[in-house]
Amino acid sequence: MLANLRELVRYRGLIQTLVTRELKARYRGSVLGFFWSFVNPLLLLTVYTIVFSVVLPGFRGVEIEPYALFLFCGLLPWTWFSSGLLESANSLIAGGNLIKKVVFPAEILPIVAVLSNMFHFFFALPILGCFLLFYMRPLSLIELAWFPVVVLVQLMLTLGLGLVLSALTVHFRDLRDLLGNLLTLWFFSTPIIYPMVMVPAGGKFIMDLNPFAHLVISYQEILFYDGPFGHWRWLMALAVASVALFLIGLALFDRLRDSFAEEV
Amino acid sequence: MSTAIELHAVTKLYRRYAHRRQFATLKSALISGSLVRDLRPDETFTAVGGVSFSVPTGSAFGIIGRNGSGKSTLLNLIAGITKPTSGEVQVNGRISALIELGAGFHPEISGRENVFINGVMLGLSKREITERFDEIVRFAELEAFIDAPVKTYSSGMYMRLGFAVAVHVDPDILIVDEVLAVGDEGFSLKCLDKFSEFKRHGKTILLVTHGLNTVQKFCDEAVWLDEGQIKGQGDPRRVVHMYLSDVAAAEEKLLAAEDKKRVEATTLDKTTPRTGSDESRGDGEPPEDMFRASEGRWGSGDATITNVTIDGDDGPTHLFQSGDQMTVRMKVTASVPLDDFVFGISIFNTEGICCYGTNTDIEDFKSETITGDGEVSVVIEHLDLVEGTYKLDVAVHTREGRPYDYHRLLHTFRVKSDIKDIGIYRPRHAWTFTPNIRFRNGPGE
Repeated sequence: MLANLRELVRYRGLIQTLVTRELKARYRGSVLGFFWSFVNPLLLLTVYTIVFSVVLPGFRGVEIEPYALFLFCGLLPWTWFSSGLLESANSLIAGGNLIKKVVFPAEILPIVAVLSNMFHFFFALPILGCFLLFYMRPLSLIELAWFPVVVLVQLMLTLGLGLVLSALTVHFRDLRDLLGNLLTLWFFSTPIIYPMVMVPAGGKFIMDLNPFAHLVISYQEILFYDGPFGHWRWLMALAVASVALFLIGLALFDRLRDSFAEEV
Repeated sequence: MSTAIELHAVTKLYRRYAHRRQFATLKSALISGSLVRDLRPDETFTAVGGVSFSVPTGSAFGIIGRNGSGKSTLLNLIAGITKPTSGEVQVNGRISALIELGAGFHPEISGRENVFINGVMLGLSKREITERFDEIVRFAELEAFIDAPVKTYSSGMYMRLGFAVAVHVDPDILIVDEVLAVGDEGFSLKCLDKFSEFKRHGKTILLVTHGLNTVQKFCDEAVWLDEGQIKGQGDPRRVVHMYLSDVAAAEEKLLAAEDKKRVEATTLDKTTPRTGSDESRGDGEPPEDMFRASEGRWGSGDATITNVTIDGDDGPTHLFQSGDQMTVRMKVTASVPLDDFVFGISIFNTEGICCYGTNTDIEDFKSETITGDGEVSVVIEHLDLVEGTYKLDVAVHTREGRPYDYHRLLHTFRVKSDIKDIGIYRPRHAWTFTPNIRFRNGPGE
């Protein structure tokens, strides 16, 4: 296990290069190029805002204003999470050529998938900043200090899940199709488009078990709601669980490693 | 002398799924309750079985063998891409594997960026790549295109760039799988030059190729792999020779089996032969153009050729060296006594051109009687044909040409030659030169 981690550190140059390549290659050939990193989340936000302000105004139940900002706080991390998972699940199969022909630790591929999506998340943050300025939200520095922690916890959680999914998808291709639908279900079971207060008492239990709910609530408490960051206990518990999941993911990945070159 | 690569009883099993497993899905794995059990092989295929050899540092080592003999599996094992099922692979030094050129190139980004990424992937640091960048680009002859996206490259450019990066990794051990086979002449020569340079610098080269000449000229030692086992090892010339005779034996077996199948599948057709022009003629009429008829056997059956063998120096064979002696033996049975009969043979190449044809009538034998069983042999003292596959027609017919039994394109033989001359027939010939015209290897070579 430790050897694996050390290996990852040794290959950080390759990880960095591959993430850069992903970011560079993604929008090559499109007119807006790199601006898509900003435009994409804006468009997504517009779609959801139109749906829940014009098409289904009653859906929100309680009034949360400004709704667009609330939505943005959950939507951005979710985009990172879901595309990171989808891409890492596919990463070993897509990178099959590499695994078969070049000697390098294969866990780099799902890690690069998660990291490059993290950078897309980062590139969208200035837009979120503009929104915060536009709506003149009062932000406290103490609360903002928690922000990197939440990001870090989300990174560990996504990496852990990504490693497990990528290793299993090599053997069970069904996961790729299954995952897309599972993520849709997960999205609607997480308080992203609706606030936590709308969740009925019975659903509270499910929310507590939903790791991403804690992340979203943390983001919302830090960026959207006034008052002190009260969700930190849950966040810390999730941090511990995420680190454990990451280590389990690495171990599982290592266990199945030798089969990759043969199965992809 | 130290060893660069050492293999101890290396075995690699690949699993082969039974049909039941082939469609194994997550669902079925969950239902049957065990992910782990499904990930275990249930039927295996030995790609490499108990292979041991060592490659001394600084030598060029060749691996030859048929397709599917386990060569690439072995290279993957040595390169560390896959792990052996049992046994041990020891490698001393940095490996660069030219298993696929340009693996990991991203089509959308420029050649320049791809060189950096590929270099990092092969284990170079960014600084090392910067130092070698110009040399890599010069070697690949891509100065003008290095900033264009790789997707716009021709396959030759792509390969050159991949090769250039891989050889500039400065490995201690270079593993090469068949890259020489894909480039044009110039590129192949360039590769070989680079390999020679490696050798001069005391690096180890492991080469897998079907280019047997390369192995003989370039390698210090070779192994011949067959069905995952070492069949021969040692001096490249000797190993290549062993391999070639085995390939010839397999070829012989295959040709013999094909001929047997063809002859057995054909029965004597007592109507007229099918010709290219689909005209129908009366029973027993001589065909207008026998040479255009397709494969088959026909005739009245009054006399039949029951068996045909083609003999070389050591008995029946289907393989000849150009200039060898060939004997065609036909077993003949006459069901009724006949006084009008002609035996004939002709040789066709794969393009359907008659290379040679003759019969007893042309050569002025006057038929008298044939009764019961007999044998006819034609000895061709020097089979002076150029390399290629040939078909043999044999026939017994009347002087007028009405067939008793005509075997059309049923028998095959192959002529091999070290000299790749062209045409059909190789007249016995010799070159002489006045002393002012000289050749480097002398006239005798």
